[in-house]
Amino acid sequence: MLSREVVDHVALLARLELSEEEKERYASQLADILEYAERLQELDTEDVIPTAHVLPLQNVFRHDTVGQHLPSEETLANAPDREDNCFKVPRII
Amino acid sequence: MEICELTAHKLHNLLTSKEIRAEEVCLAVFKRINQVEDKVKAYLSLVREEALEKARAVDRKIDRGEAISPLAGIPVALKDNLCTKGLKTTCASKILYNFVPPYNATVVDKLRQEDAVITGKTNMDEFAMGSSTENSAFQKTCNPWSLDCVPGGSSGGSAAAVAAGEAICALGSDTGGSIRQPAAFCGVVGMKPTYGTVSRYGLVAFASSLDQIGPFARDVTDCALMLNAISGHDSMDSTSVPTELPDYRNALVEDIDGFRIGVPAEYFAAGLDDRVRRVIEEAITVLEQRGARVEETTLPHTEYALSTYYIIAPAEASSNLARYDGVRYGYRVEEAEDVVDMFSRTRSRGFGAEVKRRVMLGTYALSAGYYDAYYLKALKVRTLIRRDFERAFEKFDFLISPTTPSTAFRFGEKVDDPLTMYLSDVFTLAVNLAGLPGVSIPAGFVDGMPVGLQLIGKPFSESTLLRAAYTFEQSTAHHLKRPPLTGEVK
Repeated sequence: MLSREVVDHVALLARLELSEEEKERYASQLADILEYAERLQELDTEDVIPTAHVLPLQNVFRHDTVGQHLPSEETLANAPDREDNCFKVPRII
Repeated sequence: MEICELTAHKLHNLLTSKEIRAEEVCLAVFKRINQVEDKVKAYLSLVREEALEKARAVDRKIDRGEAISPLAGIPVALKDNLCTKGLKTTCASKILYNFVPPYNATVVDKLRQEDAVITGKTNMDEFAMGSSTENSAFQKTCNPWSLDCVPGGSSGGSAAAVAAGEAICALGSDTGGSIRQPAAFCGVVGMKPTYGTVSRYGLVAFASSLDQIGPFARDVTDCALMLNAISGHDSMDSTSVPTELPDYRNALVEDIDGFRIGVPAEYFAAGLDDRVRRVIEEAITVLEQRGARVEETTLPHTEYALSTYYIIAPAEASSNLARYDGVRYGYRVEEAEDVVDMFSRTRSRGFGAEVKRRVMLGTYALSAGYYDAYYLKALKVRTLIRRDFERAFEKFDFLISPTTPSTAFRFGEKVDDPLTMYLSDVFTLAVNLAGLPGVSIPAGFVDGMPVGLQLIGKPFSESTLLRAAYTFEQSTAHHLKRPPLTGEVK
């Protein structure tokens, strides 16, 4: 079982508001998965270079030219709330 | 065989010889949809009128004597995580229930340029997280071979649609097996190309270093045609490779004489259903009879692939899914005290259980104090897994294995136990970790349920895989069977 504090902390980082029942369920299920993942510690990876990405691509540049962007109306068409040409959200402070 | 059960290449021949019209093909597929969709439930949305309009446009081209492309007039279904301009793209998630993209994914534009007829958007596990399509927020898709079984996942809707005659071909996405596993369960061909072959622009991201779009088809020829249509460099995806890719039709050659094929012993270990094993052993015999040299090999880090995957994929997902905050698109809770409260409650109500579980897991693995132990460790083991394949490919042209440890399972069988569910991808996910191409082809049946044979190749060796798959297919008749669409609908 993951401790209640850890679950609360991770939920806060992930911006998830979990119910009591969810917290309990995830505390035990995540612990099971992490316990399974513990087997990775058996391997000596001291000198192994991590693979974040399989392709040898680096710094893919494009020309700095003016292109087309989405018109504001299309960009805002899916907004749950808007005011003029802005996305509107509840108060921040 | 009915029109909706034919292959794209057969239909293309009928279209160009004017024995059939594209409108007829389209109507035949929508007739089938009307007949079976209440049982299969493969689609989340359908675009019948647009499809018919497109089909008629293809007919006009033919009437004018213009040459048409191989996929012109062919009804194709799209997984609902591929952005379609003006057409809802939900990822089978409540959080995107009303999202209408303002642009097309590159693959969608490419299919449209080929004059393919898009039929609609298919069901999937929410955000492609799952192996049974049971994690869809909207509906359960049934396996056309037995309606009380899952179609596999996460691209279950696309696989079921092709199997049931509700589309001729389809696109899916594969992050850990999400094309190959449902293809195996539904008895169709499904390919995950080498990472970088197909642009991911407009594919809603799950785990960006693993995701790749690929085709579902009824046979290997159609798979090659679809791959031709969607592959190639795209400046909108900096991970798409800038090299020239081959015409995959040239790979459709019935000859594997002298090919060296490796059989990784670890993929035949405990957990593999004996009846599936026997089907795969028969498939190996077929390949040997066609002149291939088959030998056992080893991928020693296989047992670590699942752990590695279930750290890396959720870590990337937790970061990718941070964008669903109720600000720019999708669902937002009505009442909120402040913006953070709005974020948290929107995400909690908008995401389903599996998505939340993976976001929690990924956030944990990336958080201060755990990063080195889990995420960095997993990235290092990913290197070891890649090296296993590199070593095997020094000796072999490609590897073969079962696509899945068992045939399609029943609804509810694994849904409450995430680890058991994850194990259904145990033969497919290492391929994503190593960025390799993999294809699942119909290899036979166990109790009437399809079994998939997986071919795994070196990076950018799709032509080799297609050639071997084609040779196998021409030597067998499994791909000619069509599902009965029976079983007890739950």
